Amino acid sequence: MPAAESEISLPPPPTSATAPPRLSHLRLLEAESIHILREVASEFERPVMLYSIGKDSSVMLRLAQKAFYPGPIPFPLLHVDTGFKFAEMLTFRDAMARSAGAELLVWRNEGAIAAGTNPIVLDTKRCCGLLKTQALLDALRHYNFDAAFGGARRDEEKSRAKERIYSFRDSAGQWDPKNQRPELWNLYNARIHPGESIRVFPLSNWTEMDVWQYIHEEKIPVVDLYFAKERLMYVRGDALLPIEQAFVARPGEQPQLVKSRLRSLGCSPCTGAIRSDADTIPAIIAELLSFRSSERANRTIDHDQEGSMEIKKREGYF
Amino acid sequence: MAALTTPSFSIDEFLQQEREKDLLRFSTAGSVDDGKSTLIGRLLYDTQSVYEDQVRSIQGKGTTAPGQIDFALLTDGLRAEREQGITIDVAYRYFSTARRKFIIADTPGHEQYTRNMVTGASTADAAVVLIDASKGVLLQSRRHAYIASLLRVRHVLVAVNKMDLIGYDQAAFRAIERDFSLLLEQIAADTGSPVESIFVPVSALAGDNIVHRSKAMLWYSGPSLLELLEALPSSLDTRAEPFRFPVQRVLRPDHSFRGFAGQIASGTVRPGDRVTVLPSGRSAEVSRIVTYDGDLAEAYAPLSVTLVLNRELDISRGDLIVLADAPATVAKSVKAALVWMDRRPLELHRRYLLKHTSQTAPAFLSSIEHRTNIGTFSHEPAETLEMNGIGVVTLNLLRPIALDLYGENRGTGAFILIDAETNSTAAAGMITTASSYETEGSHIHAGAWGPVTAGERAARWGHRGGVLELSGPTELIDAIERSLFAAGAISNRIEADDDAFLLHPSLLEIVTEMQIQSGLLALVVHENDSGTLMARAEDRQLTLDANDPLKAVSAVHQLLHSTGILIFFEKADL
Repeated sequence: MPAAESEISLPPPPTSATAPPRLSHLRLLEAESIHILREVASEFERPVMLYSIGKDSSVMLRLAQKAFYPGPIPFPLLHVDTGFKFAEMLTFRDAMARSAGAELLVWRNEGAIAAGTNPIVLDTKRCCGLLKTQALLDALRHYNFDAAFGGARRDEEKSRAKERIYSFRDSAGQWDPKNQRPELWNLYNARIHPGESIRVFPLSNWTEMDVWQYIHEEKIPVVDLYFAKERLMYVRGDALLPIEQAFVARPGEQPQLVKSRLRSLGCSPCTGAIRSDADTIPAIIAELLSFRSSERANRTIDHDQEGSMEIKKREGYF
Repeated sequence: MAALTTPSFSIDEFLQQEREKDLLRFSTAGSVDDGKSTLIGRLLYDTQSVYEDQVRSIQGKGTTAPGQIDFALLTDGLRAEREQGITIDVAYRYFSTARRKFIIADTPGHEQYTRNMVTGASTADAAVVLIDASKGVLLQSRRHAYIASLLRVRHVLVAVNKMDLIGYDQAAFRAIERDFSLLLEQIAADTGSPVESIFVPVSALAGDNIVHRSKAMLWYSGPSLLELLEALPSSLDTRAEPFRFPVQRVLRPDHSFRGFAGQIASGTVRPGDRVTVLPSGRSAEVSRIVTYDGDLAEAYAPLSVTLVLNRELDISRGDLIVLADAPATVAKSVKAALVWMDRRPLELHRRYLLKHTSQTAPAFLSSIEHRTNIGTFSHEPAETLEMNGIGVVTLNLLRPIALDLYGENRGTGAFILIDAETNSTAAAGMITTASSYETEGSHIHAGAWGPVTAGERAARWGHRGGVLELSGPTELIDAIERSLFAAGAISNRIEADDDAFLLHPSLLEIVTEMQIQSGLLALVVHENDSGTLMARAEDRQLTLDANDPLKAVSAVHQLLHSTGILIFFEKADL
């Protein structure tokens, strides 16, 4: 029976004498992610970890080191290189893979890159389709991977909020959002027919804030582009466009030095920087608290049409 | 988060405070019209967990009055959902207060999405059940409360919503509180799992008692919904319960190290503890608890760790390590509550795989005890469960597993059933009864010498070698062969009218005999156009109406059972 209204009160806070140490949310998230990594490594024949060089990948890589310690990471890392990644990212990628003792595979859609595919000539949708989605599907097929870890989180975007931890993909790598396998407790259905595969998202329940706090607590290295520095930028309206390859300046545009950083890492033509003074991780976290825009607001590709992330995912994107 | 604007904000203090935050998972259920999305949107918006660009992207769209934000658009992530104005699938949402991080499993409320509701409740510590005050207790609220109880979600917060529509009337709130409390008692009696309920009068639209206490209902002096969520104990805390550690993986980087990696399902472990490995029953002592961050002096649920034992035991993925003085049950037959999740209805004799902790075992459903009608809580006899159906069944496994009852341990009492042919997740299961299985002398030793015996084959395949003679129409014979295949039988079809056999009459006998020796189920078939099917196994013969194929297939299965060719479980250990 419900208590009478006057009796409803909050339970007293636990006192230190009775309360055993509580696990913080980060330890709980870590334990869940490690469980997922170990399940996949044990149940699939050829898993691979998509390593995109960003902060989420860095956290995922550290979790993989933890999951199999003192053994090595029992699967390779795969980077899908569009040819438009910032130079700093590639240097960082190679160093990270080396220090983690993991095998690194790099895949590029050389045909499309040689044909001059870029987001200025094509639209972003078709560019992503060729350089990311197609390249990814080709790589998975080439190596015959049956499970691929990705660092996507459910808090990033609303179609991702509906994504399973084990996301089933048919033999064409496509996602069917209306026909997802139910996912109960921590019991993941790893059964697939030949040619089908599973995308696995060990960071599903992490938020952007959790990721940064974990990087801070665990002292995980991240690419320098995340930290504010004086950088040469084209200023176009509210947008700060970094100078890298394939950038086409409009008449009269001059690059200028702006104290800025990247909030999420993508391809240089489609990733805007933000004005920022945050040059340490605590400063980034403090800045995050003050943000009124979501992390992917500066990623052109999420906004090219209504429900565009869902459409990309259906086609095989992460 | 508003603290940032104050000059006294210190990032170090903030990070320290964050380090102490724990996590609470809760589920909600409902559809747009009962205000669920508004309630969630309100929680997210009022705790500043929504970014401006996300609000901007939905402003001016939707069905609410001009100037208001249609929160449903914020939460319904799929195009089909936005187009149809309904929630189809579970969505997970995240927000945080100064005390706690929250994960919401946001689920649809309609009956055809019961399975999604169950999915959301399976990981929840608490459930927020919505009741529309202007409509009273509807089936949807009953269903959600029933599922919360069935899935052993201990805390149910009943949000009586739309109080603004009934003039914030206290008497109406009390009447709903009284009715629903009675209902919760009925539910607990059926599921055997009591729920602790707290009722809160709210208006999600106006923001009354969601985050802040309402000034419109001074007759209610209790906490707001968010305050309650902040204060609930987390059910993740199982440190005082028996230690359970399903082995996920054996880590063996070199000859000097052999550790067992897993996530602690419940309880606490320390070096020096005496543990037993199930189902083998062998014991050892924990010598180290290894993590990347150094060895631990103590570890508890739900940490992921690696255990090193003081002596070499044959342990593999799927084994359960328990404290020696708190053993789990080892069983091959269990009774369980099932929620059917697949479009393809439950079929007795079909081959399913049961995934429980870190192991997967072939399983057969031997009987359906009853189906539960969630509208009336009555138990109905049933021959199958359709998608979203809930019932109690008996399951037999081809090998014993170590388990607990779901009522005692969510981690070691839950399982899923996977359809072995289509691979779809067919059901969610909660073990309600398990009888201990005597392991002595019944093991097939993996290290045994000599040729594989008939008994070992039978134990793996679920049947011994035998002959099933069938004569009748081709389609029906095909259906029988297929049904045996689906059940996992290793069968071989022999066309008895083949020329080779007609020329050499003794050849058929030789071939059949060899197949029996190999443990195969030999189907010796004569195809014809008659309206009856003749089936013979051992010394028993049936004549069946070929125009009722379902009945004929079932009768043939019965025949194989009654002659002892299909053994499946009970007699599998010869």
